Amino acid sequence: MATSTTQPRAGRRLPDSPRPPRRVGFSQTLGRWDVKVSPYLYISPFFLLFALTGLFPLAYTAYVSVYDWHLLGGQGEFVGFENFAFVFQEPNFWKGLRNTFSIFLLSTIPQLMVAVVVAALLDANLRARTFWRMGVLVPYVVAPVAVALIFGKLFADQSGLVNTVLGFAGVEPIKWHGSVLPSHAAIASMVNFRWTGYNTLILLAAMQAVPRDLYEAAVIDGASRLRQFFSITIPQIRPTIIFVVITSTIGGLQIFDEPRMFDQTGQGGPGRQWMTVTMYIYELGFGNQKSFGRAAAVAWVLFLIILAVGMLNFWLTRRIASESTPKQARKKVKR
Amino acid sequence: MSAPSVPYIRQTAGASAARFAKRTRGYGSERRPGWVTYLLLTVAIIGSILPLYYAFLLASSDASTIAQNPIPSLIPQGNFLENAGKVLAADINFWKALTNSLIVAITTSVSVVLFSTLAGFAFAKLRFRGRNGLLLFVIATTAVPTQLGIVPLFIVMSELGWIGKLVAVIVPGLVTAFGVFWMTQYLESALPYELIEAARVDGASMIRTFWSIALPAARPAAVMLGLFAFVGSWTNFFWPFIVLGSTNPTLPVALQLLQASYFKDMSLIMAGVVLSTIPLLVLFVVAGRQLVAGIMAGAVKG
Repeated sequence: MATSTTQPRAGRRLPDSPRPPRRVGFSQTLGRWDVKVSPYLYISPFFLLFALTGLFPLAYTAYVSVYDWHLLGGQGEFVGFENFAFVFQEPNFWKGLRNTFSIFLLSTIPQLMVAVVVAALLDANLRARTFWRMGVLVPYVVAPVAVALIFGKLFADQSGLVNTVLGFAGVEPIKWHGSVLPSHAAIASMVNFRWTGYNTLILLAAMQAVPRDLYEAAVIDGASRLRQFFSITIPQIRPTIIFVVITSTIGGLQIFDEPRMFDQTGQGGPGRQWMTVTMYIYELGFGNQKSFGRAAAVAWVLFLIILAVGMLNFWLTRRIASESTPKQARKKVKR
Repeated sequence: MSAPSVPYIRQTAGASAARFAKRTRGYGSERRPGWVTYLLLTVAIIGSILPLYYAFLLASSDASTIAQNPIPSLIPQGNFLENAGKVLAADINFWKALTNSLIVAITTSVSVVLFSTLAGFAFAKLRFRGRNGLLLFVIATTAVPTQLGIVPLFIVMSELGWIGKLVAVIVPGLVTAFGVFWMTQYLESALPYELIEAARVDGASMIRTFWSIALPAARPAAVMLGLFAFVGSWTNFFWPFIVLGSTNPTLPVALQLLQASYFKDMSLIMAGVVLSTIPLLVLFVVAGRQLVAGIMAGAVKG
């Protein structure tokens, strides 16, 4: 298309035939060079940057993980899998893994359920619909650190708002910081607060792409609202649900900000009851130990775990996609 | 075949038939939802705003009141400005953090928009060897948890002498895979080949074509992408926390410092939270519409 031609109707590309009708001048050579090289030039920033700050660090993590490497001292001796062996026998590593998955499940599953319901509500023919859509998105612009500070106070063991309200209902104060599962629930609620609205809008967009005549046919067949929701809406938006699950998996398994800020010491609690794997990486590499080798070993393990979970998701996607769901309509239905 | 529309029924069968048709219309057509829907949505919105309001309540109170009662009062008290002043005067470089956050967020969003549009223009409209494979690669990288490369990234930054400098935070965010993919998607449909050809016929170079044709055509998507990049940069904590340290913080890092040194005074911490959130709330009021549209557009394509 974009080759220099004096005849715009001559098609997208001049055939590379050996008989150019005109003399090839310098400016034309320059023009051809421009056409050939420019695309690569334009995409190169991304690839260079990704190589430098994404790919190389990840690959190099594997290298660092088999060395005795100190934050200040730099590269030391080759130690093989010693770093891995060290972290695998550390109870804190396994605690971190447990906490990460627990927080992840507590945030993903309820969040998805609420998001689907709110999206269904927003999918109605609302008055002032932009207002409602914007309303659910407000938490997205609050930094996770800020959210964690607010919720850390809400879920304070003593004099926290949640415990006070529970006290009105006659419930004993819950140790939101002191015990394992409550602390996970509190941290998961921060994630849910920030991301439910965002995912709601993604799901809403998918719902709006569902062909409306499906609902009309269902109404004629006498299907109730609830039946329509479970038999039409959910199956139709399944690919989007899986997309949301995959993105929250990649992010959720690396969670750091919220648990780091849940108390002022940032250790994940005195018994490490809410310390996540990424917090453990930070502690190994930049905390007291300053052991880059061990931090890299854990990072590499977490990378493999995320890869495995991601592949599991991908496999599920393929299976479900080929099984039932018709291809999603591409055009957004305007109403 | 779909049922006849309500106006059509009104024309052919009269007003009362139209009213009946309107009432019995199925889910998702003309019918307005009942009050239950609005009630539930109101609850959802209160849930998304209440924590922020609570933060403001605490920020406008004082430490001793908060210690006695977790709900100091339902209406804001008068101490917010005083607390905010204390935060700004505290030894955590809050002013510097604010400036730093602005610098980082503005630089990254401008750069993300520019480089992503450039790459998106190439992927969407130019023909070159390996295009499809490279685009697939870009999409695949959105799923790579690059945060896990922090140890070597830190080593790289320390080799470059960038530890504690803003450039260490800016550079990794200069262009994103999401941005490239986003702009490719948009320009594919929004930029007609005829326009590019016309520019080329007029003798414009490739870069001139990009600057005068593709970039203006990309404006709506570019604005959204810039907003996402801005919010993402403003709220980013993990990497700035590691590489910047306490002397040259961004806002989230400053909030961490505030929490570490003033954890006894909740009103002060909350004043910091409110102060750091206000700029994005203002942005949200101005451009929240674009954010909503952006998320919804991205979802349908993704």
